[in-house]
Amino acid sequence: MTDMHKIETALTGIIVADDGAPLALPENGIGSPQRRMDGPDKVTGQATYAGEDMPNGTLHAVLVTSPVAKGRIAAVDTGQARAAPGVVRVLTPADMPTLGSPSVPPTAQSKLPMSSLDIDYEGQPIAIVLAETLEQAEAGAGLVRIGIERAKPAVFDTAEVEVPPTEGNGYVLGELDPAHGDVDAGFANAAHRIEATYTTPTRHHNMMEPSATLAEWRGGDLHLNDATQWSWGLQLSLAGIFDMEPSRIHIRCPYTGGGFGAKGYVWPHQILAPIAARIVGRPVKLNLTRTGCYTGCGYQSGTQSRLRLASDAQGHLTAVEHHTENVTSVSDDYIEFANMGTRGMYAMPAYRMTTRVRRANVGTPTAMRAPHEGPGMFALESAMDELAYEIGMDPLELRLANYTDSDPHSGKPFSSNKLREAYAEGARRIGWSDRVHEPRSRRDGDKLLGLGMAGAIMTTFRNASQARVAMTPDGRFTVEVGSQEIGTGTRTIFAQVVAERLGIPSERVTVVLGSTDLPPASATLGSASTISIGSAVATATDNLKTRLDDMAGRETRPDEWPDLLARLGVDRVQAEGAFTLPGDVSFDAHGGQTDYSMHTWGAVFVEMEVDEITGIARMRRAVAAYSAGRILNPVTARSQMIGGIIFGYGRAMLEASPMDPRYGRYLSKNLSGVQLPVNADIPRNIDVCFIEEHDPHASAIGVRGIGELGEVGVAAAITNAIYNATGKRVRDLPVHFEHLIA
Amino acid sequence: MKNFAYAIAPDISSASEAAVQGAQLVAGGTEILNWMRLGIVSADRVIDITRLPELSSIDRQGDEIRIGALATLNQIEGSDIVRQDAPVLSQACLLAASAQLRNRATIGGNVLQKTRCPYFRAEAATGDRMPWPCNKRVPGSGCSAREGDFSRAALFGATEACVATQPSDPAVALVALDAEVDLVGPSGSRSIPITRFHVTQSEAADLARTREGRRLLGGDAPETPDALIENRLMPGEIIVAYRFSVDTASRNSAYVKLRERESYEYAMASAAVCLDQSAGQVRQARVALGSIAQKPWRLSGAEAALSGQTLDEARLTSVLATAFSDAEPLPHQDYKVKVAQGAVRRALTKAGGSIQ
Repeated sequence: MTDMHKIETALTGIIVADDGAPLALPENGIGSPQRRMDGPDKVTGQATYAGEDMPNGTLHAVLVTSPVAKGRIAAVDTGQARAAPGVVRVLTPADMPTLGSPSVPPTAQSKLPMSSLDIDYEGQPIAIVLAETLEQAEAGAGLVRIGIERAKPAVFDTAEVEVPPTEGNGYVLGELDPAHGDVDAGFANAAHRIEATYTTPTRHHNMMEPSATLAEWRGGDLHLNDATQWSWGLQLSLAGIFDMEPSRIHIRCPYTGGGFGAKGYVWPHQILAPIAARIVGRPVKLNLTRTGCYTGCGYQSGTQSRLRLASDAQGHLTAVEHHTENVTSVSDDYIEFANMGTRGMYAMPAYRMTTRVRRANVGTPTAMRAPHEGPGMFALESAMDELAYEIGMDPLELRLANYTDSDPHSGKPFSSNKLREAYAEGARRIGWSDRVHEPRSRRDGDKLLGLGMAGAIMTTFRNASQARVAMTPDGRFTVEVGSQEIGTGTRTIFAQVVAERLGIPSERVTVVLGSTDLPPASATLGSASTISIGSAVATATDNLKTRLDDMAGRETRPDEWPDLLARLGVDRVQAEGAFTLPGDVSFDAHGGQTDYSMHTWGAVFVEMEVDEITGIARMRRAVAAYSAGRILNPVTARSQMIGGIIFGYGRAMLEASPMDPRYGRYLSKNLSGVQLPVNADIPRNIDVCFIEEHDPHASAIGVRGIGELGEVGVAAAITNAIYNATGKRVRDLPVHFEHLIA
Repeated sequence: MKNFAYAIAPDISSASEAAVQGAQLVAGGTEILNWMRLGIVSADRVIDITRLPELSSIDRQGDEIRIGALATLNQIEGSDIVRQDAPVLSQACLLAASAQLRNRATIGGNVLQKTRCPYFRAEAATGDRMPWPCNKRVPGSGCSAREGDFSRAALFGATEACVATQPSDPAVALVALDAEVDLVGPSGSRSIPITRFHVTQSEAADLARTREGRRLLGGDAPETPDALIENRLMPGEIIVAYRFSVDTASRNSAYVKLRERESYEYAMASAAVCLDQSAGQVRQARVALGSIAQKPWRLSGAEAALSGQTLDEARLTSVLATAFSDAEPLPHQDYKVKVAQGAVRRALTKAGGSIQ
């Protein structure tokens, strides 16, 4: 443990974002632990969501979807449905207009909904029933008779392994098959080797607010109220599909009730609602039911990772292999890059990785918190634990021995990396030095106890963004950004950025979000809002100050500005700012064309208890320390990380959407049949902290992203703790009775 | 879900009469609403029985506790009478569902829940939209769960036609308490032991050949009567109360529920134990298991084998092995036998039993 103690004494600062009194945190601006500005509106129901709006004349749409996974529609009989009370129109594939070809992404699937009679997945839309009330539309949907010629569906377990196309595939986020060095020699000459296969199941986002779209055409312009994580993606997608100027499509998204990735891309309901609205000439509301969300807006693909690790006698990795496969749809090649984290985590003289898909009769998967590194780091960090036991080495020591300060794949230096400090602080907080390495060493009554840990890494995604900041003579400021508030606290954080830049209280800042009539901004996904939009807001604020100085003809302070505006008779001054990326791209990952590799890091420590008589395991404690750049708001940041850790607990212990391979249908499309963590599963105090850090390269404000990082590594820390408790290695998630029962 | 007429029953005989004519009775509504949304039942008339008088009280007279059918799970859980003299029932109610559901759900409806089998619970407005066979949904169509993936499948009493289990927690406690079920129906009142109230699929197959079975089915037996008869409640009959005697065993009782999630989830297996143990010797043990058959599963043989004996590890292991020797887990579900046995062990200890 010598390395670790050295680091501990060298620690410069820990931001403890606990419920207790934070240590020396600023009262205002960046770093201030402020509550969400929109919290009271949300808990009192004042905040409105897309599905709540109801313009006069709105028709309710209910989708009739395919009950089989593969086949061909032979007949759709809408007679009874059309005759039902309140039903205004029933649309079938025959009613669909000619459409342009969608760009994928932002459109999730290249095959447009109801564009063919072939059925490619269970839940595929076949007809739309439009009625005056929701109940009438649902009753009508039950009366549509569908004749289907059924065929045997393809499923993940039996499908062919394919190399996904990279040409024209928008889901390719990196090289498929990176390789470096002499892998065979690395294995041949190694002192220790392990090889194992790890699987994570298909699972769904299960966000609180189901997806919802309200579409209305007014004078050739399309107005949508939508529950989305990416208003601009929706605008771009529909502009292509309907062959329209993007500016004539207006997306309004007052609040988004969670998404975890399900609302990132554009799904059938968002395309069908405007089509239906155009055909009937009335506003159409299409809210997915919970059941509809299981086939209507993506899911995280199950993954299979085959890992081989080799090391010398001291634990230094000599060769690494990580081969991954995920399921994808008939129409598209979504790639779950489960080996992405493995590319950047450790010093590796030689490595070989492959990334493959298996095509089945399922809807297209999509990103889900955390994509890529989420399922992938379960595999890598389990394998590292197995290697540590193979060597007889402390698992944390093994990680420290393989620490790298440059990207092993690109060779670039990291923009900032305090992973070693995170290891040390996390270890100190959980009491790692008291851990007994030998499994089955600690007991409490009927229960075996174990400590486990895992490292975490997440790609830094960045999006070009714009923002506008305005000032009025009453001394108030307004931030205007075409972003959406999904619950993470972005509204509060943008106000804090302005407050710090100008040295004013953030209560004087109003943040206006939720419309594509505002400056274009980053999607709320890929942990990219704060890094991208926060930087644009900072630049816009600086530009506003310059403009006011110019107006005054000298350097001014913000408290002089109300008088200045009054004197000049100006009732609003505004400035814009942009966050741009090298190469003028709209999006980059891992640092893109910069000279730096950009990732976030973490160290997760967990204590588990296991009763082998009943087969039940529960989490006793969780500690996580993160290196994620500057932390703008410790309260909202801590909430995100706690949420991520609970998400990770779900991945490890509960969540799965199994499919019956005979029918190609999810067993349960309802929360009563899919287990998500509840409060009783989660220890009272999840201990989260951040290493004090300022990343000078990733953004204008020192931050990287945090939203997805919290989920990474948790599952492996849990199963590693279960191994330490029981000597039983769980390689297939979620952990279940059969893995643990004596 | 289609439109339906809703009415409040003024008295029990009119409720019973409406039920005979095909109306759906509703009390807490926590399960009926699911059935109607999923397409499991479709009723033109829904009759609310929550205003019927005298059906929600929890009383003790002498050694007998009577629980009205309209008592909610949270009322029963919080009742001092139940907590003191039958903690197994209080605990079973507390461990059921969520706090919000327990405030609505009544003990009368609770034992009439249907299986959590995902094949049965598929969303399908009509039979032709069912994505897979299910004999309970479309009689004669087959059973998808038998070769499928239903972790709560029966260990006992299942047939080729159906492997469903009864998911109720309170029912398991009531069986361990040897409760009587009081019923009122078109032909008057009657009581039956709760141990006989639910039936397994193989019992249902036998029952279908009797006059009682034909009445339960409302006519001639279809091809798969074993999937369709789940209890002995006759058309129009309403559960009005449960009664059981308190004794030393009921006062020393406990409920253990094993599940992936710590709360708000049905059991993989559960155990209700009433235990009278004196100086290490078992004077009486009553053991019932939940979620392993279409009825709460009494371990009568184990109870007899433990009676008069000390509760030592070797005997318990042997008794439990015998009790599960004819269990028939589905392929890949052998672990369920161990989970059920683990539930019994932990419930014995929780009930105050000391295992030597």
